[in-house]
Amino acid sequence: MSALGRVVRGGVTRRKVQTLVMALTALLAVTASVMAAGLLVASNAPFDHAFAEQRGPHLTALFDGSKVTPTQLDATTHGHGVTAAAGPYPVVTIHPETAGSIHSAGDKGIPGGVLPSGIMLGPLTIAGRASTGGAVDDLTMVHGRWATKPDEIVIASDSSLPPALGLHIKATDAPGSPTLTVVGIARSVAKTADAWVTPDEARALASAENPLEFQMLYRFSYAKTDAGISADRRVLAADVPPGALTGTQSYLATKKVADANTAAFVPFIAAFGVLGLVLAVLIIGIVVSGAVGAAIRRIGVLKALGFTPAQVVRAYVAQALLPALIGIALGVLFGNLLAIPVLHGAESTYGTASLAIPLWVNVSVPLLAAVLVAIAAVVPALRAGRLRAAEAITLGGAPKANTHGRRMQRLASRLPLPRAISLGLANPLARPARSAATGGAVLFGAIAMTFAFGLTSTLNNVQHGRDLDSSGQVVVRTESFGPNVPRKASGPQGGPTFISTPQSAPIKADPNAVAAAITAQPGTRAYYGTTDASLAVSGLSSSTDAIAYQGDSSWATHQMIEGHWLTGKGQVVLSSLALQSSGASIGDEITVSNGSRSAQLKVVGEVFDLHDSGIAVFTDTSAFSAIGLTAGADEFYVSLKSGTSVAGYLAGLKPALLSIGGEADPNPENKSDVIETMDALIATLTIMLVAVAGLGVLNAVVLETRDRTHDLGVLKSLGMTPRQTITSVITSVAGIGLLAGVVGVPLGVALHHYVVPIMGHTVATKLPSVDVAVYHAPMLVALVFAGLVIAVAGALLPAGWAAKIRTATALRTE
Amino acid sequence: MTVNRTTTATLIELDCVTKAYTEGPPALAGLSLGVRPGEAVAVLGPSGSGKSTLLNLIAGLDKPTAGSVIVDGLRIDQLSEAASAKYRRARVGMVFQFFNLLDDLTVLDNVLLPAQLAGMARAKATARGNELLAYLGIDRHAAAYPGRLSGGERQRVAVARALMNRPALLLADEPTGALDTASGADVRQLLTDLNADGQTIVLVTHDVALAEACATRTVELRDGHIVRDDAAVAR
Repeated sequence: MSALGRVVRGGVTRRKVQTLVMALTALLAVTASVMAAGLLVASNAPFDHAFAEQRGPHLTALFDGSKVTPTQLDATTHGHGVTAAAGPYPVVTIHPETAGSIHSAGDKGIPGGVLPSGIMLGPLTIAGRASTGGAVDDLTMVHGRWATKPDEIVIASDSSLPPALGLHIKATDAPGSPTLTVVGIARSVAKTADAWVTPDEARALASAENPLEFQMLYRFSYAKTDAGISADRRVLAADVPPGALTGTQSYLATKKVADANTAAFVPFIAAFGVLGLVLAVLIIGIVVSGAVGAAIRRIGVLKALGFTPAQVVRAYVAQALLPALIGIALGVLFGNLLAIPVLHGAESTYGTASLAIPLWVNVSVPLLAAVLVAIAAVVPALRAGRLRAAEAITLGGAPKANTHGRRMQRLASRLPLPRAISLGLANPLARPARSAATGGAVLFGAIAMTFAFGLTSTLNNVQHGRDLDSSGQVVVRTESFGPNVPRKASGPQGGPTFISTPQSAPIKADPNAVAAAITAQPGTRAYYGTTDASLAVSGLSSSTDAIAYQGDSSWATHQMIEGHWLTGKGQVVLSSLALQSSGASIGDEITVSNGSRSAQLKVVGEVFDLHDSGIAVFTDTSAFSAIGLTAGADEFYVSLKSGTSVAGYLAGLKPALLSIGGEADPNPENKSDVIETMDALIATLTIMLVAVAGLGVLNAVVLETRDRTHDLGVLKSLGMTPRQTITSVITSVAGIGLLAGVVGVPLGVALHHYVVPIMGHTVATKLPSVDVAVYHAPMLVALVFAGLVIAVAGALLPAGWAAKIRTATALRTE
Repeated sequence: MTVNRTTTATLIELDCVTKAYTEGPPALAGLSLGVRPGEAVAVLGPSGSGKSTLLNLIAGLDKPTAGSVIVDGLRIDQLSEAASAKYRRARVGMVFQFFNLLDDLTVLDNVLLPAQLAGMARAKATARGNELLAYLGIDRHAAAYPGRLSGGERQRVAVARALMNRPALLLADEPTGALDTASGADVRQLLTDLNADGQTIVLVTHDVALAEACATRTVELRDGHIVRDDAAVAR
């Protein structure tokens, strides 16, 4: 081995702690950067990428099976502008209930266990397909397998059913009331169905009440705009018998919802990504340049032995790169591994197919990290290489006392503190540059923790706001579905929106009778009813979702952005986007119309609403009555008295509802996948950033104790115990940590206040102040101390090592 | 400044002490030595004879591979790190060849360190420290930093620091090794005066003149063994 090789090997193997710190720093920095960069890229139009990957349908069309034949539908695949088509698939809509099953744990944390039978599950649109593949809508299996037998069903990952394998559902309104078993969970980016069975099974599920329809999936050459899709739809309707086309779904509507979800991610991923990358750069710079800087004396000795400046620079760059490259390689691996669950969550949230870290991220990030390490090593190595040997040997000894350090020691020695603490407090000023770098690392860690806390609190408040939308533990429906009723968007993230022709009215119980039954039921604390309709609203170009409230809803209002909730008749509250789009302000009067009948309502508030299109108006049932709509509630939301069990309450209410109609069920959780994924992502990224910051502190303290080995030996020879040594070392960073916390917390708060409104803006809503003003004094104080905790945590190990230094050996160190 | 040590019982007792390292011959090989209170023992010998190792064992800075080390009735070789540190605070004062003063502390702050580490109140420690500085004739340098002092003055500061907690034992490792002739003579006299006042001293030195001037007993080591143990005329 050459002399240079021996120097490099010696430098790497002798300084084990430093080598390990350098490798770990590179590993963590690259892991965080790969994750952050990969997630940013994955969040760039994920719907578009996934839609293209699945060859998603631009238009999903439903046809009346009694008015068109499969042969006629086959002919439409050659229609004007059609570039690809799949189908006809038999489709039927059933209204299943649970059938009492032992099921395995499903996606989204649904625990395994026994599900009671008899719980109504809402309408389910089922398509009959022989496999996942096809020229259009190439489905992605998320769990399990495709249905190959009768009585097997595959559900969509975003359907309203609990996504659990082994779940039994009973098609009570199908011939023979068959029980279907969930054998797989699949994802259709374009949300073409709620579930899939074999084609024969789909046909077997059809009945007079739920007639068979046919589904065709089309891709067109011109489908980028709503106008283009509408034109394609008109051509299609003309190619089939009149009345055969019963409903269509454009991919653009699904894309809009998906993009909104995605857009909400980008600002905070960008913020964390930037934090992570800056911290990674800072820490690599601190660790590597610190390591080389600490070796200046050794460099001087090497030069005295005859090494040229160029050889010295090569030696130290190699010494830094060797462990760093190992860390970088492992960082790429861990970044990809750690991204798997997060990207899986993002897939589920975005409703897309497989997301992965792009290859160019896996190449560019480690390359940049290696370049950074090389630069961080070259700069101090060049400086040392240019020094004369004697100068390097002198400069590289233990730091000489400086004026500030001495002044601080004098002040500290007069403090009424144990001597070990006062010695530690004054140390940072002996190496101001290193102390500043350490402080910088802790600062970014404190910013990250503060930002993460605020973001999590905001998201939790948003989730709480979502919960307010359908509050209470029990939901009672006055309406049961008959055949061919108008179907609105279903599914947790806004699923299919079909335009269809009503052929018979729904079966509806008397809302007053249902309300009386709820009032009479022991355990009822409070309840309100809602009904909805599509109305024309002045200032808004298309019909608008309107929800009317019956009874006292004050205990469960939406989160208000401005103004107040409904307090009486003649009032209306608008969602943020509805208010913006209509041009109205609080205090104005708007007109709501149903055909020729209209009513003037006063705008009293602006609410935070994230559902569907985000455009909605809220009023009370008297407004519906005034414009000729049925004012009785379709659903009642019931809050139970403390100590009342849901099962016991339902056991008492259901019999009372039997005679008057209506259905009562537990109110399902309204947890948002988006929020859950964001929470997981925030936690992961924050832990990584704090770990990187802690590593920066660890490295700085290792270098510091190495510089002070002789002084520590002197103090130990004078009687400093191991505990006092640890106290002194930790105290030396505690002040820095606290100061970094004091500076970092306001910066983290500022970052939160900057990013969160942007996130709201991307989903076209302002955020209620309760969702932004999440920092309170006690928590701010605790977050300041988080800087202290990061610093102390980073210093613990090297403090312990310092305590264990052999005194006799330390005294011999120069 | 008088230290009353008039008992004939041994203060230091090393019994068959061996200190071996992983490579090479042992630094000390089955050495036995007793030091009575009030003695000034000079340990002489060539480089590598085990002199500094002997001092480190007595100070509790290192542990023997075999044998026992008892100082003032305390089994030093069996102490934990924390107990060893407390032992040094309470019973040992150390003076080093290169002074080992902390450059960023004033002379007074250097002197106060052993007392403050032991938890003595600052006012009481300061009074004691000023007393020592005055006794040693360097009280005018109390606010100065060690870098401004001459070698002899720095060694006096080191001696003051060593005496801060009134130790039973003063250990000096080549106390004149880094000093010029005049400063060396100064320190020789200082150590002689301290011993005359009753301070027990063990000093390691190459300086034969120092040994002759202030030692009541000379021990010579070679290859880890005692080859000579004389009682010398001190003054």
